[in-house]
Parts: sequence; structure tokens; C-alpha cells
Amino acid sequence: MKTPEEIFEHLTSQFGEDELSFESRDIGQPWIAVQASKIREVSKFLRDEPDLLFNTLMCLSGVHYPKEEELGVAYHLNSTRHNHSIALKVRVPENEPNVPSVESIWKTANWHEREAWDMTGVVFDDHPNHKRILLPEDWEGHPLRKDYVQQEFYQGIPTGE
Amino acid sequence: MGMLDKKYHDSNIIIVSLEKALNWARKNSLWYEQFGLACCAIEMMATAASRYDFDRFGILPRSSPRQADVMIVAGTVTLKMASRIERLYEQMSEPRYVISMGSCSNCGGPYWEHGYHVLKGVDKVIPVDVYVPGCPPRPEALLEGFLKLQEKITGETIIGEKDKDLEAVKAEIIDSNKDED
Ligand code: SF4
Repeated sequence: MKTPEEIFEHLTSQFGEDELSFESRDIGQPWIAVQASKIREVSKFLRDEPDLLFNTLMCLSGVHYPKEEELGVAYHLNSTRHNHSIALKVRVPENEPNVPSVESIWKTANWHEREAWDMTGVVFDDHPNHKRILLPEDWEGHPLRKDYVQQEFYQGIPTGE
Repeated sequence: MGMLDKKYHDSNIIIVSLEKALNWARKNSLWYEQFGLACCAIEMMATAASRYDFDRFGILPRSSPRQADVMIVAGTVTLKMASRIERLYEQMSEPRYVISMGSCSNCGGPYWEHGYHVLKGVDKVIPVDVYVPGCPPRPEALLEGFLKLQEKITGETIIGEKDKDLEAVKAEIIDSNKDED
């Protein structure tokens, strides 16, 4: 079992400190901020490294940061072998919201990434089935964006009152 | 059987107007479409189960809209589902009735303001006969909804206008508006 700090040190010894940073606030769990381009390699390392063995992706969520005009993805990982957990976060600009898919590393990510795309509009590169999961295919916009404006009609049916 | 005009005990003949006989048959065999949309459906199932026992009113589930007389819209109608509901309604043969069960299908329920994905009342896509309020309505409430529907069916006529009462109400409203002018 390792603390988040130890996990971060383990990661930097492999990847250096340029693309990773350790973040914590007064409340809540600390997290490791990762450059979007590195997320797949970091994930693979976290999963396969014998001291880490993060074999479970507990949750993957999309986030919208309207002030910074950015989108984010949060990954919550757990190791059932070592019983430790860690959170990773990735931020990308709104106008180029591409994040490499981690579906090839944890199969759980398949539906989670589709949901993040559906709700916040993060695009996951190399996802094998990149389409909406909850809303119908012909829906307009991504509802969990803070600037979301609901369409007035869906297939001729009024969406408001 | 108050509806019978005469009873001939010897030969087992009853005389009754066709209309009444039809209405009587209809209101006592209300077969509903077997589907539920959200939490209200649980309550609908409870109503169908042994304690409340829909069956004693002749209310049975049918798995095909072709065989169903009444559609219970039990739960949240999302916009994705709305067009399916419409299709199911169109597939039912007449006479067909709709009971809107719960706040969600009456008006959008808890999602009426911020639910971007919820239809704000199933009556936007299909005509509704009885609205049962509640979130969810208790089985007693749904049963009362059915009794109300039976009342409505009892008053139906073959040749008269279908929604006589409704027309009367509308006329009243128009009249009262005229008075104000
Ligand atoms: S009215 Fe209430 S109980 Fe019924 S489906 Fe809606 S939220 Fe669920």
C-alpha cells in the first residue's frame, strides 16, 4: 500500500516532472495532473508496474471549467492487490478537447468515456465505439456544459413546458 | 345488475341496449399495456400484485399494444421515449384509453424545470383520459384512476360525440369569456 505522494514519486522516477504535477487542497483527495498526451502511457504504467498494480478504473468523469474555457477528465483508480487508490486529472482546451482513450487499458473506460463525450463533449481519440451513450444520436449539444442551451424541439416535440 | 331493463329467468334472456352492453363489457375488461418507465412502474406492479390485485376489476396486462385497451404511462417520459410512446399509442386499436400515472407523466414531475431530457407531460404527444397525481401515486390512487376511467366509459355513446363533457366545459369557458368582453 502506497500513499498518493509515494505513487507520484514512483511516477516521476519513470516519466520526469515535466508532464506530471502533484496537487492537493485543504479538503478532498489529492490528485496527479497529467498532460493529455501522456495519459495512456501513464495509465499503462500504473496498471502494470508491480508496486502499483492499479487494476481497476473505479470512475471516469468529464468536467467543464467555464472560466478557464477548458474541459477536464478525472480518473479514479484503485488497486485491489495493494489496496491503494489515486486520482488523475487531465485538462484540455474547449476548442480542442481531444484526450487519448484508455479503453485499451481498462475496459471499464469504454462506456465511461462515451458518457463523458455525451455529457461534456470531451473527444476520446482511438475509442472503438465513440458515440453517445445516454442521449439519442441526433441530440444537439452536451447537457452538462455550464453554457448548455437546451434545444427547443426534439423531433418536433417541445422540450420545454 | 341495475343496468338490465328486464330479466327473463326461465329462458336466460336479458334485454339491454347495445350501448350499455358494450360499455359494460369494455369497462370490466380493461387490459393494459405491460410496460413501465420509472419508479412509478414499481407502484403499478404493486397494484397488480396480490395485495391490491388489479385482476378483480378485470384489469390484466397484455404484452402487445394490439391487444391492449388502456395504456398506463407509469413514470418519466424522456424525449427519447416520447416518440416510442406515440408509436405504441398508434398501434393500439380503438377504443383506447390512456392513464397518466404520476407527476412525471402528468407534467414532468421533479424534472419540470431543469430536466432537459424529460417531456413536460405525456399529453403533449398523446391524449390522456385520466391523470393520477402523486410521486409515486399509491396503489389506491391508481385504482381510483381506473374507477374514474370506468365511470367515463359508462357514459360513452356510439353515435353521440365522444367528448361530450369536454365540449360542454369548453363551451362554458368560451361563454364566460364572452361575458367578460
Ligand atoms: S412521478 Fe415520482 S415516482 Fe413517478 S416516475 Fe416520476 S419521479 Fe418516479
